[in-house]
Amino acid sequence: MRHEHPHEHPHDHDHEHEHHPVTITLEQNLLAKNDLLAARNRGWLAGRGIQALNVMSSPGAGKTTLLVRTLTDLGAKLQAGVIEGDQETSLDADRIRAVGRPVIQINTGAGCHLDADMLQRGLDALDPQPGSTVFVENVGNLVCPALFDLGENAKVVIISVTEGDDKPQKYPHMFMAADLVIVNKSDLLPYVDFDVDDCLRQIRQINPRTDFLVLSATTGDGLAAWYDWLDGSTSRSDSLTESLSDAH
Amino acid sequence: MAGRSASMHELSITQSLVDAVLERTGERTVTGVNLRIGPLSGVLPDAMRFCFDIVSADTPLAGAQLKIDEPRGLARCRNCRTEFELNDPILLCPCGSADVEVLSGRELMVMSVEVA
Ligand SMILES: [Zn+2]
Repeated sequence: MRHEHPHEHPHDHDHEHEHHPVTITLEQNLLAKNDLLAARNRGWLAGRGIQALNVMSSPGAGKTTLLVRTLTDLGAKLQAGVIEGDQETSLDADRIRAVGRPVIQINTGAGCHLDADMLQRGLDALDPQPGSTVFVENVGNLVCPALFDLGENAKVVIISVTEGDDKPQKYPHMFMAADLVIVNKSDLLPYVDFDVDDCLRQIRQINPRTDFLVLSATTGDGLAAWYDWLDGSTSRSDSLTESLSDAH
Repeated sequence: MAGRSASMHELSITQSLVDAVLERTGERTVTGVNLRIGPLSGVLPDAMRFCFDIVSADTPLAGAQLKIDEPRGLARCRNCRTEFELNDPILLCPCGSADVEVLSGRELMVMSVEVA
């Protein structure tokens, strides 16, 4: 619709005969759908007394090495399965499988994180035993996984001393969400510029409540504290303690 | 902050946005989408704009104007009770305490849409 007379009228005169736009109110959280599925996963896990740990790190921090070592050391004492989120390969899953534990591979393709729907499908496929532990190895990335609740009992964030001690400042959302922060590769501390105290101080500024461990998955140094944490004998996030005691 | 390649969770969040809108508006042409994204939400408005053009293509949202309201972050110190502005997730009161309650800034919402 074109008006030939000069434009002395306000602009909306042009639209006089058209339908006016209608505003529809939604007021909806953009993560609502994921959070609903996460809540469903959380209930499913609690009902079976299964603890699911969402393990996150940047690539190369040693997630898989720590899991392989943990499954080997604890042997039959820890009934556990693993859900592996990987963008393309199944190399990490192959390493877990070699330890003789059930593992489900989820290829996220271009996706940079697991979401609650993927965990649900992973749990369906893994079919974990009541009372067991499920390690969810998230895609190696400290940004995106922080935003997506999976319905896990606790979020474990691993950084390694070779990455530099400014990770908490660079990726605050991840550290804000963490129930446990592990500093891995402590055997390399004498050779790198990484200040453990300063790193902890930064983490405390972002998240005063998270647990904190320093260990080496390679030499085994500090692993006893990690096994205690897994066992629930050290402090844990309330949600985990509650959901596990609910199930008993 | 991280660069675009590391921030593509905005892509799946934008997909949730488009899904949520389509659930309400169906086949109607959407001309505007009004979002509220707080500075503590973990989502970058610019990355969201970038993703929106890609995700909305070939849907009734294609070409819709994306308006993003960016509220300020606000926190209250549990130690000295001061309220102060907080625009990054470093929860530190000017008094030095990190025992801080976030009052606003975590919003990640679609508020409303305009349909033709
Ligand atoms: Zn204060």
